[in-house]
Amino acid sequence: MGEQSPVLEMTGIRKVFPGVVALDGVDFRLFPGEVHALMGENGAGKSTLIKTLTGVYEIDGGEIRLGGEPVRISGPLAAQQAGVSTVYQEVNLCTNLSVAENIFIGREPRRFGKIQWGKMRQRAAELLARLDLDLDVSAPLSSYSLAIQQMVAIARAIDIDARVLILDEPTSSLDTAEVAQLFRVMRRLKESGVAILFVSHFLDQIYEVSDRLTILRNGQLISEHRVDELTQVQLVEKMIGKELAALEDLEDKAQSNRERSAEAKPVLEAKGLGRTGAIAPYDLTIHEGEVVGLAGLLGSGRTELARLLFGADRADTGEVLVDGKRINLRDPQVAMKHRIAFSSENRRAEGIIGDLSVRENIILALQASRGWTRPIPRKKQDEIVDKYIKALQIRPADPERPVRNLSGGNQQKVLLARWLITEPRLLIIDEPTRGIDVGAKAEIQRLVAELSDGGMAVLFVSAELEEVLRLSHKIAVLRDRRLVEELENTADVDADRIMQTIASGATS
Amino acid sequence: MTTILKNRLFWPALILAVMLGVNAFTSNQFIAIQDGHLFGTLIDILRGSAPLILVALGMTLVIATGGIDLSVGSVMAISGAVACLLISDLDNQNSLGGVLIAIGAAILVSLAAGLWNGTLVAVVGIQPIIATLILMVAGRGLAQLFTEGQIINVQSGPYSTLASGFFLALPVALLIAAAAVALTVLLTRRTALGLLLESVGGSPTASRLAGISARRITVMVYVVAGAFAGLAGLIASADIKSADSISAGNLIELDAILAVVIGGTALIGGRFSIAGTVLGAIIIQTLKVTVVAVDIPAEANLLFKSVVVVALCLSQSPDFRAKVFGRFTSRPAAEKVGIPA
Repeated sequence: MGEQSPVLEMTGIRKVFPGVVALDGVDFRLFPGEVHALMGENGAGKSTLIKTLTGVYEIDGGEIRLGGEPVRISGPLAAQQAGVSTVYQEVNLCTNLSVAENIFIGREPRRFGKIQWGKMRQRAAELLARLDLDLDVSAPLSSYSLAIQQMVAIARAIDIDARVLILDEPTSSLDTAEVAQLFRVMRRLKESGVAILFVSHFLDQIYEVSDRLTILRNGQLISEHRVDELTQVQLVEKMIGKELAALEDLEDKAQSNRERSAEAKPVLEAKGLGRTGAIAPYDLTIHEGEVVGLAGLLGSGRTELARLLFGADRADTGEVLVDGKRINLRDPQVAMKHRIAFSSENRRAEGIIGDLSVRENIILALQASRGWTRPIPRKKQDEIVDKYIKALQIRPADPERPVRNLSGGNQQKVLLARWLITEPRLLIIDEPTRGIDVGAKAEIQRLVAELSDGGMAVLFVSAELEEVLRLSHKIAVLRDRRLVEELENTADVDADRIMQTIASGATS
Repeated sequence: MTTILKNRLFWPALILAVMLGVNAFTSNQFIAIQDGHLFGTLIDILRGSAPLILVALGMTLVIATGGIDLSVGSVMAISGAVACLLISDLDNQNSLGGVLIAIGAAILVSLAAGLWNGTLVAVVGIQPIIATLILMVAGRGLAQLFTEGQIINVQSGPYSTLASGFFLALPVALLIAAAAVALTVLLTRRTALGLLLESVGGSPTASRLAGISARRITVMVYVVAGAFAGLAGLIASADIKSADSISAGNLIELDAILAVVIGGTALIGGRFSIAGTVLGAIIIQTLKVTVVAVDIPAEANLLFKSVVVVALCLSQSPDFRAKVFGRFTSRPAAEKVGIPA
């Protein structure tokens, strides 16, 4: 690799936003046939660097060379023409169009100005076959899971004769098997000489698939390494710029505090609760101060189970008891009256309201429960919001900034703040740490532990087993839209034990 | 100075000022005091814009939720028809009590029309443009049914006051519109209604999961839009002392949507600006008057209007302003175009 010249060379890249220097003299290079991970915490400048490369932002200083030639990337189209293709974290496709249309949108095969549908479908199928996917390319994209949609986005990107392929958090919504499939595709592309820029918050994945990595912090280049030269601990230290004390602290705390008082009362009981096509009827009891973790593969019904407990979807069988009394959970408002809170896994579509400010997003649920006639006085709003911006370290600490301009981790904190100010007795959080950086992840985990110590019941849904194991008192394991086992999280329970349950589908 | 220039409403306000300037120059009497009340072209413009302000106010709220109300013109026709019909049946058309009852009945019918729209949109789940299209078409037929296809003339002093009367030296119509504006501002900005509206418009799903009764709020805005349209219909019919079911409020929905857009509220819902809408409505009315004042040939009226509207909309676009004025900009262009979410 050393003798080759880089396909992409960025030197002294500078990007300034009003009041913030987002990138300050960053160098970055990418060789053909390598997977290069871009590392850094939220707000380190990863996204900004990628956006200067994809033409979303124009650089304020520095130089970008592609294949040795200086280029000016003036827009997303120019980037594509220069051979830079991107697959973003959140799937940016039109779910109402067919798979084939999504792959070829804007570059449909034409003859005499007429789209050749047959040829388009055929080529789409061929392209997907290269990714080991066998899909009905005429079906609307919405009929496939998020993971498949992600693959379609990659198929689209690699068909544009990409010299440089940018994968921004492609694995955050994929399950293990799908990740393996993606990595196979990445390796194949790498062999064909494509340079891949890979962003992921999963360190194991970085180590599995990447050749080299570049670390950014606060808009500055920290260093570039071969992956085998650097241990994970060293990497994390460079990323967050401090010792791992914070993380390890949590580890200790979590381990020691996972015992709960025996006389804790149940907050919520679900009896035979189910919804056809979503989740088979299940029983679940959550006690005061207890963290119940939901474990299972993608599509195993974790989210579906959680949504029923908030009335986000209506159950068609079974009942829910709060404090031993049956409640009619017909919509989220009823759940909120009983002080149940739910933060969706789909941050962008079901969580934040992008146009509204951080302050407005935080007070939204509390305001909704008070009704529109009783506005929260502005002074009180500012107090609450300031308190939570400080407590959760929301960055930037500007309550009036539109929430869409915040990074994913900070948006997640805004959502947590939204629910915490309603003082829930049961907090249901679905994938709160997905797609956010190590530091913010540790903070959120610590927060969950603290809330539970304070007596709050928490239903914690996560695709990451380690996280579920670390935080939960009790773990409910799901498989094929069915709750198959409920385990006390004792010392002998580990990831292998849970994986076995998931794999075998044992019922207790 | 730059903060003024950056204000979204600066350019619309400037265009309005220029047009008013033209009118001040061409008209014999721009503003004066006569018979103890204000008088002149400016007052005519403001008085004339009252129905549009009312309709556009309701439209703003509906658009903020991500909807649209095409039926406002028909509701105006219904409201005028109901009022004139009741007044023409009075033994004494000048009886204040009788006129008030007629006005009350017209407003009630308008509220019902709004409730119908809101129910179709929020409860039945029909897309707003289709749901309100139903009443847009059927409503005018309903109004004609009420009036049996006739134009109902009335000779009622109290009723005419709505359009041509003066109170404290100001036109009553303008005061009604001002009161409606004040009420709307109070209702949306002094309570949490504005926030909840913007939330529903920004993301209905996220709003529902935050515990907002999106359905109730949506029904409410259509009801308010109906009531304001009804009020506008009363002023319009009082102005011509008759109920003309065919031409009353004809195409006003388009002007109202335009006023909302000029005022900086996006058609996709979310953030809304009441001040912007009022400014937009006054601009549209001024444009109508100016076209006559500067002797633009009648056949070129609509073309002239569209040119001004295009200029206004462009002035609202940050990207366009940045290009024209060459200011440094770091807006991520791709957030607005290209990548579908």
